[in-house]
Amino acid sequence: MKAGVLTVYRWELRKLIAQRRTYLGLGAAAAVPIMFVIAVVTGGGHPDEVAFGRYIHDTGLAIPLVLLLFGSIWLFPLITALVAGDIVSSEDRNATLKMILTRSVERHQVFAGKALAAATYAVVAIMLAGVVATGAGVLASGFNSVTTLSGTVISAPHGLLLVGASLLVYMLPILAIAGIGLLFSTVFRNSGAAIVGTLMFSLLLQLVAILPGLSGLHPYLLSTQFSAWQGLLRTPTDWDPILRSVWVCALYAVPAVLAAGLVFLRRDVAES
Amino acid sequence: MGAPPIEVRGLVKQYGEIVAVNDVDLTVEQGDIFGYLGPNGAGKTTSLRMMLGLIRPTAGSVRIFGRDPQVSVGALEGVAGFVEAPTFYPYMSGRANLELYAAFDGGDGAGRIDQVLETVDLRDRAKDKVKGYSHGMRQRLGIASALLRSPRLLLLDEPTTGLDPAGMRDMRELIRDLGERGITVLLSSHLMPEVEELCNRVAIVRSGSVAYEGSLDELRARAGISYRLRTTDDSIARRVCEAQAGIEDVAEARPSGLHFKAPGEAAVASLSLALAESRAPVIELTPRQASLEQVFLQLTEGEDRAAEMAAAADEIEAPA
Repeated sequence: MKAGVLTVYRWELRKLIAQRRTYLGLGAAAAVPIMFVIAVVTGGGHPDEVAFGRYIHDTGLAIPLVLLLFGSIWLFPLITALVAGDIVSSEDRNATLKMILTRSVERHQVFAGKALAAATYAVVAIMLAGVVATGAGVLASGFNSVTTLSGTVISAPHGLLLVGASLLVYMLPILAIAGIGLLFSTVFRNSGAAIVGTLMFSLLLQLVAILPGLSGLHPYLLSTQFSAWQGLLRTPTDWDPILRSVWVCALYAVPAVLAAGLVFLRRDVAES
Repeated sequence: MGAPPIEVRGLVKQYGEIVAVNDVDLTVEQGDIFGYLGPNGAGKTTSLRMMLGLIRPTAGSVRIFGRDPQVSVGALEGVAGFVEAPTFYPYMSGRANLELYAAFDGGDGAGRIDQVLETVDLRDRAKDKVKGYSHGMRQRLGIASALLRSPRLLLLDEPTTGLDPAGMRDMRELIRDLGERGITVLLSSHLMPEVEELCNRVAIVRSGSVAYEGSLDELRARAGISYRLRTTDDSIARRVCEAQAGIEDVAEARPSGLHFKAPGEAAVASLSLALAESRAPVIELTPRQASLEQVFLQLTEGEDRAAEMAAAADEIEAPA
């Protein structure tokens, strides 16, 4: 069988399975929702200042939605950066690029396989966090109806469907973060610098969002797109933020991935 | 007749002001065990990286079996090897690493993993993670990963570096064995004895340029024969030598005497007569084939270093 993108992708996943950092990220994605639910159950209070915060004792379906908002500050960008920021630079660390690039796969195939693996990991991590948060939330607060941001009450099954759809919309900025992590990983050739750089980039955009006088920029900041899913929980559905999130996230992700690909294709493999 | 395994023309690699490889021409023929010899920092590894398509030449061309490795890895079909030390994913086993490389080759290499592990004597440790391997084991795993490709051409960069004497012997035996199986080998090394033991042809590089390319026999012939001379009066002997037709490169030997080069025995016979007539009769006149090590030093570090080495050899051989 001829080797190609799929071969690289499969082996990148197998390499991720063999590495501890993968479990560190996935472990955090699963543990944080559980800790959050324990805090909710034992503490008794609720975070009124965030959307759905006031309903966390009424329905478990509010838990994943609150977690999406809290997680967007640094948790989910960090989990995403853990792998995206490492996926190319780990080859520099292990000096293995010279080995894989002299086999029978082209550079662009290696890059595509790595990009797909980083994206897969990010999707799996967010889905895991969502599933654990929903499960733990339902156990703690029950599988009850949800009050939308418009004040309409929807049934629990309908609410569950919307939680799933919200997770999918949430993937857009997460994948953009993964693209930026991939770029830093390719350019810096150092996992630590790439992971910290990706997280800093995400935090910087949040800082811009709270600076006075820059409100005109808000709709185009990546950090704003972490709230786009809220459009699904309005009646009727507000598609504007979701559609804007599609192209704004693409505006961040596509140039980052293209630049990373160009650097990867053109670089001299001289040190590793 | 097909294109040669390696054909390099006018190859240059420049990093800013630094010229790492300077106008290298090289042809490795089918069946050669070709020594690419030079001191550390001479540009050998950079050349090999360009041959494998890992870095772009500033100028010039590389053809591997007639194809350009810069255009596609397809040019490396039937080619294997490694630059500097072979590397692996330390968190995976030796076998898993070979499975990965075999998958990236896309052929039937996966079915030969046991066989190549047997060849390099690593079958018993194949399940262990590579991070627990010694340097020698990693070198052998590197050869195994190369053999997975059933190569017609192997490029090996200093494969014995860092190995203990037994490891070096085993590695050289393995390379010799691969050569006998008909695999063309380009062996980069800074060790003349290693190249002398294994290779039929050689290129000697100095500061990024090829100082010699040809067979080892031609290199030996080029080295010529030098003579060690002791007389009753070395200062008279030196004047006579320098005045004598056909006597060249006269220099002092240690701890006493002279050495010189001569194109043939007739010139040496004439010198012997001239010395006797000049009242500096000969005590010792010994021909000596220059070692390839001396020629290597002469080509890579200049005449002075080669003369130093010859003088040191004189000192060891001199009668007490």
